[in-house]
Amino acid sequence: MHVPDGFFNAAVSIAAGAFAAAGLGVCLRRARRELDDRTAPMAGLVAAFIFAVQMLNFPVAAGTSGHLLGGTLAAVLVGPYTAVLCVAVVLLVQGFFFADGGLTALGVNITLMAIVTAAVGWFVFRLVVRLAPRARAAIPVAAFLGAVVSVPAAALVFTVLFWIGGTAPIDISSVALAMGGVHVLIGLGEGLITALTVSSVLAVRPDLVYGARGLTAPLVLRTAGGDTFVAPEPPPAPARSIRPLLVGGAVVAVLLAGVVSFYASSSPDGLEKVAGDKGLNAQERGHALGGSPLADYGVKGVGDERLAVGVAGVAGVGITVLAGGAVFYTVRRRARQPAKAGA
Amino acid sequence: MGAGHHHQLYRPGDTVVHRLPPQCKLPAVAAFAVVVVATPRDAFWAFGVYALLLAGVAAAARVPARFVLRRMVVEVPFVVFALALPVIGLGARVEVLGVSLSVEGLWAAWNILAKATLGVVASILLAATTEPRMMLLGARRLRLPQTLVQIAMFMLRYMDVILDEMRRMRVARESRGFAARDVRQLPVLAKSAGALFIRSYERGERVHLAMLSRGYNGSMPIIDDVGASAASWAVAAVLPVAALATAALSWSLS
Repeated sequence: MHVPDGFFNAAVSIAAGAFAAAGLGVCLRRARRELDDRTAPMAGLVAAFIFAVQMLNFPVAAGTSGHLLGGTLAAVLVGPYTAVLCVAVVLLVQGFFFADGGLTALGVNITLMAIVTAAVGWFVFRLVVRLAPRARAAIPVAAFLGAVVSVPAAALVFTVLFWIGGTAPIDISSVALAMGGVHVLIGLGEGLITALTVSSVLAVRPDLVYGARGLTAPLVLRTAGGDTFVAPEPPPAPARSIRPLLVGGAVVAVLLAGVVSFYASSSPDGLEKVAGDKGLNAQERGHALGGSPLADYGVKGVGDERLAVGVAGVAGVGITVLAGGAVFYTVRRRARQPAKAGA
Repeated sequence: MGAGHHHQLYRPGDTVVHRLPPQCKLPAVAAFAVVVVATPRDAFWAFGVYALLLAGVAAAARVPARFVLRRMVVEVPFVVFALALPVIGLGARVEVLGVSLSVEGLWAAWNILAKATLGVVASILLAATTEPRMMLLGARRLRLPQTLVQIAMFMLRYMDVILDEMRRMRVARESRGFAARDVRQLPVLAKSAGALFIRSYERGERVHLAMLSRGYNGSMPIIDDVGASAASWAVAAVLPVAALATAALSWSLS
């Protein structure tokens, strides 16, 4: 999956490079909080581990084999920020020393394979751990789901970048289909081996698994006078507010929806195009919401077409965020209620 | 390990290219790659000039062509992809030897092949003429974040150790008749990976303690620092400046 030089145009390469540099900057500061002055030696050794594990080929299906990307595995084992740093260093070393992956494509590679896989994998992992019962058995399951989702997510981001600035004239829907199909398979393999690896580390050294912190059972001191429970130390990283992340994400989403769709071409997207070419939409009936104010991504009553599309994009993001937030809120309340009932 | 004490990617030598300080070479190669990517794909002659420039660097560094060609194997997956492009591409088609190929696809395949090959050869030449340790010293001189450089330093230093541990585990598996044939063998591989992680992590802790006992306070002492004179900057700038002139000519012509 290492993207070479010349695969993306200069604009996308530079934008992805800026994004990767900013992401690494954040991770450098946060990783120091995760590991303090042990950062360099520990992250260096874990990076060497990831480099080695990426060489471990595993059989996928009928004669083909894949190798691990390792983003989610590293995130579960050593924490998300350190994981991004480790995978990024692996990619830098591969680019500069092994000529694997183009130097101008380093930004794209780091964004896809370090930031997206670790962030998505860690997010899904945390979500599952939070919803599942507090048990050690939940950790490998959550790691499996995180890894399974993270690989197609990286493929999806690749497809989006390719749509914006790819140099090859392939229909975007066939790219999405090919990348998606292959990477769902790779993701399953990645998920299996991630879960099995995490569970084997968990069996031997549960204290090393970052994602299983807080699952330590309280220490029981059995004395003649009765049992005393010593609560385990709370995880050192204080629970931080996720508000900055939410606000930043919202700003980026609104900017993308408004500005990018403002400039996006009005040519039909891949699926619509295929549908049109093959005559699929001959029998297509009007969408049930065809008459709604946002139909076909344009706002009625706004004269300028581009402006209208931009406004529709922003409104679409708003509705998506509201709907997603509502779902998340209900899920969280469900998850909290049994906890309260138990307390 | 009988392979000597230098890294297998590095070809020791004492040429102009070898002697250049790393902090000059790194930006030179990166700038060259950016210029190559920004060149319009229909300027065939410009890519010829770039190839000649790289050949000149290789000749000056006395890196044989066979060495470069052998290391270009990493590019193979994308060559396969590029060769598939004319067949699956969209747009107008032409008949070549009885096969219908997409014109746009042919252009894209040429674009990716030319630019990726030039980028790969430039990185190979950089790695062949710069010791890994020196490369990281150069990155540090370029004021890359210190933690990042240190992580890369530790990774390079212990990479061979970790790979050797993995090789020993593989030998142990295979001498007990193990062969990874299908998904049922995954648990065994995963246990190896888990054991490798524990060994790497514990080695990291030992390394950190050993460093603390030798006075490590978060930053590495610099023993051999290499300064760069204006002359060496000028020598390193020859490659990207020549490439930039070529690219500027191709922009004005197109």
